[in-house]
Amino acid sequence: MSSVILLTIISLSVIACVAAVILYFVARKFKVIEDPRIDEVQEILPAANCGACGFAGCRNFAEALVKADSFEGLNCPVGGSAVMEEAASILGKTALVTDPLVAVLLCNGTPENRSRTSLYSGVLDCRISHNLYIGETDCSYGCLGYGDCVRACSFDAIFMDAAIKLPVIIDDKCVACGACVKACPRNIIELRKKARKDRKIYVACSNCDKGGPARRACKVACIACGKCVKVCAFDAITIENNLAYVDAKKCTFCRKCAVECPTNAILEINFPPKKPKVEVQVETTPDNSNV
Amino acid sequence: MLKTFPAGGVHPPENKITANAPIQYLPVPENVIIPVSQHIGAPATPVINKGDYVKTGQLIAAAKGYVSSNIHSSVSGKVNKIDNAPDSSGYKQPSVFIDIEGDEWTDTIDRSPEIIQEVVLTSEEIIKKCVESGIVGLGGATFPSHVKLTIPSGRKCEVLIINGVECEPYLTSDHRLMLERGEEVLIGTTILMKALKVESAMIGIESNKPDAISHMSKLATDFKGITVIGLEVKYPQGAEKQLIKALINREVPTGRLPLDVGTVVHNVGTAFAVYEAVQKNKPLFERVVTITGKSLKHPGNFFVRTGTPLSSLIDAAGGLPEDTGKIVAGGPMMGKAINTTDVPVVKGMSGVVLIPLTESARMKINPCIRCAKCVSVCPLNLEPYLLMTLTEKNLVERAEKERITDCMECGSCSFICPAGRPLLDYIRLGKSIILKMIRERNLK
Repeated sequence: MSSVILLTIISLSVIACVAAVILYFVARKFKVIEDPRIDEVQEILPAANCGACGFAGCRNFAEALVKADSFEGLNCPVGGSAVMEEAASILGKTALVTDPLVAVLLCNGTPENRSRTSLYSGVLDCRISHNLYIGETDCSYGCLGYGDCVRACSFDAIFMDAAIKLPVIIDDKCVACGACVKACPRNIIELRKKARKDRKIYVACSNCDKGGPARRACKVACIACGKCVKVCAFDAITIENNLAYVDAKKCTFCRKCAVECPTNAILEINFPPKKPKVEVQVETTPDNSNV
Repeated sequence: MLKTFPAGGVHPPENKITANAPIQYLPVPENVIIPVSQHIGAPATPVINKGDYVKTGQLIAAAKGYVSSNIHSSVSGKVNKIDNAPDSSGYKQPSVFIDIEGDEWTDTIDRSPEIIQEVVLTSEEIIKKCVESGIVGLGGATFPSHVKLTIPSGRKCEVLIINGVECEPYLTSDHRLMLERGEEVLIGTTILMKALKVESAMIGIESNKPDAISHMSKLATDFKGITVIGLEVKYPQGAEKQLIKALINREVPTGRLPLDVGTVVHNVGTAFAVYEAVQKNKPLFERVVTITGKSLKHPGNFFVRTGTPLSSLIDAAGGLPEDTGKIVAGGPMMGKAINTTDVPVVKGMSGVVLIPLTESARMKINPCIRCAKCVSVCPLNLEPYLLMTLTEKNLVERAEKERITDCMECGSCSFICPAGRPLLDYIRLGKSIILKMIRERNLK
C-alpha cells in the first residue's frame, strides 16, 4: 500500500520537473515584450471601458496612447484633461487642452407642450418606433421617450422623468462619452461645452419644419423667426433648416435670446432667478434714453 | 392535391368580408394630395408649377433615373401648391396638392368601354409604354414594372407568373378584379408575355376563391399559353419566391432574382394596369382598394383615384366605426397602422382594414420559451427568435450571417408566437441597421 503512494509521489514529481523545464524554455522562446508604460497608462485611465475614445476599451486606448507620436485626436472624455495630462507626463508628451462637454437634450416636448395624436402600442424602443412612424405626437423630430438613451448610458447619468416623459441628464454624472448621442435615432442629444456652474443656454428643439407646422405640433418649437439672431451681439446664433442653434463656444450667457424667443424654445438653465421684471424695466429705461 | 410551397407558412383567419362586393367607383373628392414618391426607388421630380391647370391623366412628376416611376394627376383641377405632406408613416414627403375642378381627362385616354383584344405594339414599345404610364407592381411592393420587364441580354425568361393569390386576410381587391375585369387581366397578361417574349404564363389563385379560378380558367381557354392554377390556401403564398416555388417548383437563391430561375412575377392588378396603359392609353392613377373591417357599415371594393384622402374612402364605406382600434393600410399581416385618416391613397395601397379595439391590442411580451414555432412557420427557413435576440443585443454582424436580410417581413413568426414576442419588429430593425451597414460598406 505504502509503495503505491510512494510511487505516485515520485512519478508525479518527475512529470512536474520535466513539465517545468519544458515550460521554462517555451516561456523564454515565446516571450512577448510589451511596453511597461501601457500598464502604467492603463492604471490611470477611468477603467469604464465605455468606448467614448473610439477604442475597444481602456487598455486598447492605453496602447494607442503609447504608440502615438502626439495626442492629436486622442482624448478620454471620461477622465478629461486631468487624466490626459497625467498620461502625457508618463509618456513625456504634451496633452492637448480639451473643453469638458456635457450631453444636452434638444427637445422640450413635454405632454403639456406637445399633445399626443396617436397611441403607440408597439415595442417600447425608440429605434423601432422611429423606423415605423412619426411617433405619438405630430413632431417628427422630437423625443419619442422610450429611453434608448437611458439604456445606452453606462454611468447612470440619464433617467426618464415620468412626469414630463423626457429623459433628464444629470450633469454631475455625465462624462460626455457620447453613447446616448449614438443611441438616439432622432439625433436630438448634443454634446455641448460645459460652462461654469453647469449653466446652459440652448435651443431645446430639433424641429426642421417651417414655423407653422412646427408650432402646431409643439408649443415650444423653434419657428426660426430669427429674433434671437438679431438680438445676439456675439454672432453665437445661426439659423439653418428652420432651426436656430446657439454656439456654446461663442455664447456669453447674456440671456437676451431667451427673453426674446416668442415660443420659449430657448432654455436657460442653472441661472439664479431673475430680478422682478418691473425693476429691470426701471433700470434699463434711463440707460436707453442716455444713449 | 393542390400545389403550395413546402416550408413554413401560417393560416390566419381569412375574414374576406368583401369577397362578394362588386367594385364601385369612388366619387372624386374635393382635393387630392399626390405624393411624388409612390414607388420603390428615387422620388419623381414635379414638372408642373403652382397655379397650373392639370387634366386627369396628365404627367405631374417625371421619373428620376431608371428605378423610378412617373406620377400622373388623378383628377383635373388647379395645382394649389407643391409642399410636404405626411405619408402613411406620418413623415413628410413632397406632394402635389390639387384643388379639383370638374373631371376633364386628357384627350389621349380611350374612355370607351370596348375591350381591345389585339396587341399591336412590340416588346420595346410595351416597355416604353409602361415607363410612360408609371406602372408599378400593385401587389404592394410598388417596384417599377419596366425594370422587371427588361430582360438583360444573355438572360432568358421561360415563364411569366401572374400573382392572383391574394393571401392577405381581409383583402379582396385582386379577387374582385379577376371576377369583374377577367378579360382585361388576361389581355394584360398577353401583353406582359409579349414584352418578356415568353410563350407561356401561369396565373396562380388560391382555392379560397373558387369562383375566380373557374371564371379565369373559362376565359383563359381563348388565350394561347395562359393556364390558371389553383393553389392550396397558405400565407404567405403571394410572396414572389413562395409563389415561384409553389407553381414551378424552383427555388430563388439568397440575394437573387426570380429571373435567375427563368421567371418573372407580376400581380393581377399590374396586369390590369398594363392593359389599360397599353390598350387604352390610360396611365396608372386609379386602383382597386378594399375597405373592410368587422364593424364597418358598408365594407366594399372601390376604384379609387390616387391622392384621395383615406377619410373620403372611409366615409364612402359608412364612416369610421366608434370601436376602431387601428386603421391598417394594406393587409393585416404586412400592412402598417396609420396615425391619421388624412393620408392619401397611393399606388401601393391594396386595402384598408379597420380593426376593432378588441382585436387590435398587442399581446403582452413574455419570455421566449424556445418552442421554435417561429422557426417552423418561417417560409424562408430563418430562425426568427435568434434574429430578434441578436438585434436586441446589437450583434448585427452575426444576424447578417444568419441571413436576416433574406427576411421578407411576412410576419408569420410574430403571428404564431405564443409568447407574444415582437419578433418582426426587431428583425425589421436589424434589417434596417444591416442594410445601412452594407450601403456604407459598398461606398468604401
